[in-house]
Amino acid sequence: MKTRKMTAGLLIGAVFALTGGCASLAEIEPWVKPYERDNLADPIMSLGRHASAGSYMNHVYQSREGARGAEGGAGGGCGCN
Amino acid sequence: MAVAATERFFLRLVLLTVLFAGSGVARTAVLPEEAADVLYHRYEGGGMTIDGPSVLVRKNIGEQFSISGHYYVDSVSAASVDVLATASEYTEERTEYSAGFDFLKEKTLMSVGYVQSDENDFEARSIHLSISQDMFGDLTNLTLGYSVGWDEVGKVDSDFSEDARRQNYRIGITQVLTRNMLLGFNYEAITDRGFLNNPYRRVRYEDPLSPRGYEYQDEVYPETRTSNASALRLLYYLPYRASIKGEYRYYSDTWGIEAHTIEAAYVHPIGSHWIAEAKVRYYKQSDADFYSDLYPFRDAQSVLARDKELSKFTGMTYGVGISYGTEVREFSGVDKLEFSLLLDFMEFSYDNFRDVTETGFAVGEEPLYEFDATVTRAYVTVYY
Repeated sequence: MKTRKMTAGLLIGAVFALTGGCASLAEIEPWVKPYERDNLADPIMSLGRHASAGSYMNHVYQSREGARGAEGGAGGGCGCN
Repeated sequence: MAVAATERFFLRLVLLTVLFAGSGVARTAVLPEEAADVLYHRYEGGGMTIDGPSVLVRKNIGEQFSISGHYYVDSVSAASVDVLATASEYTEERTEYSAGFDFLKEKTLMSVGYVQSDENDFEARSIHLSISQDMFGDLTNLTLGYSVGWDEVGKVDSDFSEDARRQNYRIGITQVLTRNMLLGFNYEAITDRGFLNNPYRRVRYEDPLSPRGYEYQDEVYPETRTSNASALRLLYYLPYRASIKGEYRYYSDTWGIEAHTIEAAYVHPIGSHWIAEAKVRYYKQSDADFYSDLYPFRDAQSVLARDKELSKFTGMTYGVGISYGTEVREFSGVDKLEFSLLLDFMEFSYDNFRDVTETGFAVGEEPLYEFDATVTRAYVTVYY
């Protein structure tokens, strides 16, 4: 029951962020300008540089451990495309 | 057969991650790069050897569409402590296929995927959906994902057949904090319903009439499980060209397992072609409420499990890797090549799972089990 409430709360939060939350925050100026994102664009700043190999490692962890989920595995980069 | 249930059930999630890894999970909403990825993987340790290929091909169509296909094989040779205790060594093969489709519209990337996994005694089908949106000057990326899967669990040489249904709900946020720092947050809830255990796995109970002092009976899992996992990742670009990553994940589920994962990694380029990396990972979990290494008598509880994955234990992983990348001008149609070799060394120490293959000990006094494993991944990626 507790976990269900927690899940519902997080989903509501996400929906808020996507809808009402965005409207008021849409005016925010990016504090890291596109021309300041060269370090972030470096491949070493990727959260998922080894896509297939990283996923395989998550599979190994999931096989040997009780925990599962929230592995992420991708992301990073400069957001400059 | 007789592979840990979790091992098999989560194979399809691996493919999910592979499919979406290049297509929008907590990443900026752009079409993934066109590439083909050929990987050889090998896991060796605790009496198990699992190896095989993995091939991923991705092709973009115009500026808005991307399609991908993935093929994955595990060839298993098993003589683990569980297998040696209650069964005999075996070999088997499992194959997975998946297909993905991505659609990009302005700053929104939508992805759909299908995964199919087949073994001689196990089948899994699943559908995956995700939507990824860039916002706030592209400093923030939000991804929402949902998966639903159906498993059919069988038993070799028998009519045994049971079903399970699994659903995953995912939220991922990637946030640029400064020009040198990136934050990632992931949350995932998973709900399972149906036959969740491994039909081959057994639990042991004390039996004074048995010459060895104990006997085995089939394990019985609850028919539902809900888990929650939240993870924070911080990536920082050092004052020289190198990066460090810190990661923490908290996990809990309705079976009473609570787990903490901490990981740190360092990535260091050498010249313009090579990238070296190292990582260390710590994992600790409590046991499931109904887990026991040795039950006092037969049918001691309505649910019974002696899977070491549900016991209380600690794991350490040490990893190193080296990659070489080069641009290609000689062949038309190929832009870039990348080779990588990654090696991980894992250690597991169990707090309440005993090694029954060790003889000469009183029942329940056998040495606690521990084992090491080595994981190798070698792959080449061709960008075109």
